[in-house]
Amino acid sequence: MVLCMRPLRILIAKPGLDGHDRGAKIIARALRDAGMEVIYTGLRQTPEMIAEAALQEDVDAVGLSILSGAHNTLLPRVVEALRARGLGDIPVFAGGIIPEEDVPFLKAHGITEVFGPGTPLETIVHFIETHTPRRARPEPSAT
Amino acid sequence: MSEQLSWRAPRALARLLTAIENGAPEALAQVQTLYRQTAHRAHIVGITGVPGGGKSTLVAALTRALREQSRTVAVLSVDPSSPFTRGAILGDRIRMRGISGDPGVFIRSLASRSAPGGIAAATADMVTALDAAGFDVIFVETVGAGQDDVAIARLAETVVVVEAPGLGDDIQAIKAGLIEIADILVVNKADLPDAQRTAQNLAAALALGFETQGHHGPSLASSPQAGAPSGRAGWRVPVLLTSAAHDQGVAALIDALQQHRAWLETSEEGKHRRLRQAEAEIRARLYAQLMRAALAHIEHGALERWAAQCAQHRAHPEEAARALLQAILPKLCSSST
Ligand code: B12
Ligand SMILES: Nc1nc2c(ncn2[C@@H]2O[C@H](COP(=O)(O)OP(=O)(O)OP(=O)(O)O)[C@@H](O)[C@H]2O)c(=O)[nH]1
Ligand SMILES: [Mg+2]
Repeated sequence: MVLCMRPLRILIAKPGLDGHDRGAKIIARALRDAGMEVIYTGLRQTPEMIAEAALQEDVDAVGLSILSGAHNTLLPRVVEALRARGLGDIPVFAGGIIPEEDVPFLKAHGITEVFGPGTPLETIVHFIETHTPRRARPEPSAT
Repeated sequence: MSEQLSWRAPRALARLLTAIENGAPEALAQVQTLYRQTAHRAHIVGITGVPGGGKSTLVAALTRALREQSRTVAVLSVDPSSPFTRGAILGDRIRMRGISGDPGVFIRSLASRSAPGGIAAATADMVTALDAAGFDVIFVETVGAGQDDVAIARLAETVVVVEAPGLGDDIQAIKAGLIEIADILVVNKADLPDAQRTAQNLAAALALGFETQGHHGPSLASSPQAGAPSGRAGWRVPVLLTSAAHDQGVAALIDALQQHRAWLETSEEGKHRRLRQAEAEIRARLYAQLMRAALAHIEHGALERWAAQCAQHRAHPEEAARALLQAILPKLCSSST
């Protein structure tokens, strides 16, 4: 069994009350077409729900799509919720309507990278493929 | 003793599931130990049926109701992988928003990774891990099944087949191999027109199948009420109406699930069924192990050479398979794969 060939598992979520889901769906499809297994949670997710899903699904990365303007409050809270569950090593990518000047703040709060409107899908796929270490997972021991 | 596998430690559980899914040897060894230690603790319920019939919505509604009875629930949801890119979009969680965030509920999505039969190959072992973790009920939602996706019958104690009105005429209902594996038939979306008629058609189709097997006819619930399964010898497949999106008919379905499990535990047929399932599982694994061993031993390029011949109709695929098998038989018998 060639373990390193397993597909990447990526969680795509929409935090908060924002109903714009086109971008999230387009990203989900692009990642699927690149051979990844994408868990799509749908709209109106709280940071707690996102972190819980990331834990149960044991994903390699979390992608957040947000166009509501609430990114500076919501995105850091997702990172905190992940860290609270011991999942601080999971990279978190974000996209949507996020002004350039907010990006340094978000990166300082644990967001790996931010992709705005018009970013070519290949760029996003390539970035995720190259910035998502298939995490070394110590197997739970049998005894 | 290190950390014990438990639903109270979801992170370790999640990682074990990943290792099982990826076929990690240590995980497969662990799951064998767990299997021997865990005998029929959780109620393993298969949910299958037409794509978009409301399986995920129904699982969410059932889970909410079970949580009110303080029962812990695990959900394994399978969605199809693309045969070309191997990628998948696993969307069943969308319908389960209302039940996520409860520590007594564990939801895991998996891609079929092209396993035939509507459930991923690792599903049985993942169910064993969830059972060992102590969940009371484990739902396995299959990919929106066509007519011969019946592998779930090997795994589940109770198979619920979900249909919905307006998806096809009665002929289709009779043809569907799916309803033959149903322990409980659900017509979901009972809020839509024609639900009653669909239920009646299904009940009629069931009655046909049952006559030839010498059983009683099914009971049809004319309202979202359980048709009481009766009889000591056989199980009467109830046809239930639900409206999962509106939490209607869910209590009756939970009753039917519990009655079916009670029946399995007390009837001779329940025992036979476990035997049949174990045998089918061994066969499936034997087949997989043989295939793996065979493919590992076939001389490099031999299969491709035969393919080139067969593509031009210079050889028949049966002949090719036989020749390949004959070449590896001695190696198979002497190896300890
Ligand atoms: C279409 C649209 C709608 C549709 C949404 C349909 C749907 N189901 O998605 C409708 C009409 C419903 C709508 C409603 C509203 N909208 Co609107 N809408 C838009 C619009 C015109 C386009 C958005 C879109 O779909 N783009 C196409 C997708 C593919 O692009 P994208 O999401 O940006 O995704 C790309 C990248 O951002 C990135 N990406 C996105 N997500 C992710 C995730 C990851 C992990 C990664 C790696 C990358 C990534 O990759 C994608 C490809 O490059 C934008 C304006 C704009 N030009 O963006 C306004 C806009 C987003 N809407 C806006 C507003 C205000 C609203 C409303 C509040 C209007 C109102 N007053 O009622 C409502 C709110 C609805 C709600 N419930 O939330 C504002 C938001 C302002 C803000 N954030 O400060 C915008 C920016 C318009 C504006 N200039 O004012 N809207
Ligand atoms: N009217 C009505 N719609 C329902 C009901 N239950 C589910 N739906 C809708 O049916 C659609 C499909 O529901 P799902 O629960 O995703 O169905 P599914 O069988 O899990 O679908 P797949 O997993 O994709 O095969 C959704 O739009 C639901 O909202 C119901 O009781 N009544
Ligand atoms: Mg579903």
